Amino acid sequence: MTKLKAEAQKTRAGIYAGTYGGQYIPETLMTELEKVDHAFHTLKDDPAFKAELHDLLVNYANRPSLLYYAKNMTKDLGGAKIYLKREDLNHTGAHKINNVIGQALLAKHLGKKRLIAETGAGQHGVATATIAALFGMECEIFMGKEDTDRQKLNVYRMELLGAKVHPVTTGSMVLKDAINAALQEWATRSEDTFYVMGSAVGPYPFPEIVKHFQSVISKESKAQLKAKENTLPDMVVACVGGGSNAIGSFADYIDDPSVRLVGVEAAGKGVNTDQTAATIERGSVGIFHGMKSLFLQNEDGQINPVYSISAGLDYPGVGPEHAALAKEGHAQYVGITDDESVQAFEYIAKQEGIVAAIESCHAIAYVEKIAPTMRKDQIIVCTLSGRGDKDVASIAKYKGVDIDE
Amino acid sequence: MSNLSDIFKNHKAFIPFVVADDPDFDTTVKNIIALAKGGADIVEVGIPFSDPIADGPVIQSADLRAFAAGVRTETVFEIVDAARKQTDVPIVFLTYLNVVFKYGYDAFCQRCQQSGVAGLVIPDMPYESRDEILPAATQAGIDIIPLITPTSGHRIEKIARAASGFIYVVSSLGITGERNEFFTGLKDLVANIRQYTDVPTAIGFGVHTPDQAKTMAGIADGVIIGSAIVDIVAKEKQNAPQAIETFTKSVRTAVDASQGARV
Repeated sequence: MTKLKAEAQKTRAGIYAGTYGGQYIPETLMTELEKVDHAFHTLKDDPAFKAELHDLLVNYANRPSLLYYAKNMTKDLGGAKIYLKREDLNHTGAHKINNVIGQALLAKHLGKKRLIAETGAGQHGVATATIAALFGMECEIFMGKEDTDRQKLNVYRMELLGAKVHPVTTGSMVLKDAINAALQEWATRSEDTFYVMGSAVGPYPFPEIVKHFQSVISKESKAQLKAKENTLPDMVVACVGGGSNAIGSFADYIDDPSVRLVGVEAAGKGVNTDQTAATIERGSVGIFHGMKSLFLQNEDGQINPVYSISAGLDYPGVGPEHAALAKEGHAQYVGITDDESVQAFEYIAKQEGIVAAIESCHAIAYVEKIAPTMRKDQIIVCTLSGRGDKDVASIAKYKGVDIDE
Repeated sequence: MSNLSDIFKNHKAFIPFVVADDPDFDTTVKNIIALAKGGADIVEVGIPFSDPIADGPVIQSADLRAFAAGVRTETVFEIVDAARKQTDVPIVFLTYLNVVFKYGYDAFCQRCQQSGVAGLVIPDMPYESRDEILPAATQAGIDIIPLITPTSGHRIEKIARAASGFIYVVSSLGITGERNEFFTGLKDLVANIRQYTDVPTAIGFGVHTPDQAKTMAGIADGVIIGSAIVDIVAKEKQNAPQAIETFTKSVRTAVDASQGARV
């Protein structure tokens, strides 16, 4: 683990997460990135900033989130004890708010009046619109047209909060294209604008910033489990698109060699099909969206269209630290298909009375597979990254159920 | 290093841009030759990319047409090779870094050298990231042409001091595409760059008329026109060579008439 610690320190000291990361972004944005980097490193350990962040997390976002013992699932699966880290219970219904509060505070300290963001499933957009409303800032959200169609409820929610939602009609009209559009907008207007990056992706320092603000998930779960069981978990499971909830769920365990870290990617129609978003299993090293990481791409370096039922995992790349964790063998990454995640959506609803986001259900589906193979004295902590209200209509459609929206 | 800087020595340079394989192989070859005949000093050839984050809708559409034509990285080199049989106009590539990375930095730069490509403009590779390609480029005698923008500020000195070939001065914030208004501080920006280097400057992003080209050539050592030419290719398709030669001649005349003297 010392090797990884060294890598992590390198990230802090400079630019790279191992051989991944870096800054590959138009010159127009470099001065702004320098400002963001400086603000982040100046403020993150500043007592006043930390107090402000803590106050908002506790009194606005409803932290700490519960670490819930899933008794019925544990009994039904007959293996390891299953705990769920309930990020779905945060204000706005997902882990995204943790990072948005942190970045919006950075924006405020930089004197910015306007927040822009990309969003896939809409959770990050909703969180950004929410904080923009709270802080009295302007807000514009970029969302692929494909996603505005399958996540209509979240589009309306963002508009209700006062944000302007731009449907992005370039490329495959999903998360990747929304990031392209948001980067273009930031390059056009950065003077008064902060780009709230939603996932642990993009040019340095964004992956580090997102990890920092999401690491509250693992800091809490570690303390909560210690209080309940007086031990570390044997395994931590989280879904991975760009990888923000996963890196936050892993962060405080990365230096604990006994804890297995498992990231669950969206395999779409299957890891070995063309309709997949399983970047770590199927991707190769490339440079895109400001970072060197793993991408689904062709041999000429053109980025491939990707597919998943989940708008939040439908991304051709992955955060550079996940690529590094996979390479060093410190975390393991597995694929879960659309069918498996939809089954898990129904399973956790019926077993635990929790309607979880389809993204999170990829992690649940893996827990269903792995828990029975583990001993009863072993413990899994699985992050429920978001709630599933937004997915009810599209899952009904997937199942062929006709409901009146 | 290439001889690109010398091109700017006694007159203002005009650098037009086309996307490779838009709309097809033969038309692109003819377009490059037409640009040379019309009086281009350097032709900038764009390698299509799936996600061109620095480009506006006009160039994005051209990339899509090129993909529809089945463009591969190797196709782009073959287009240059074919054009090379009829013109020795200096050529630079505009490419996103991943295309070069996947081809291999050494292999790509050697292939450029073989095709007589003198420089690379890589919009998603800032100063901080150039070290990984620089040895390969230097070995092959290829210039890495840096971009300096209205937001570069304190970064100008280090970018300018390290520049070779020419410096691409970005006229305005955001993405490529035709504009009628530019960053008002362009004169100061160019003067600022000239404090640190003799490497020539060329202004691009948004320039689309001969009059604008004349103004920009008055401020800098040269001017780059991209989207306006790509737009002609979009409209004229296989008849583009004739139309862009005519347009190039009109820009050439305007640029030659610009009064700005090299400081």
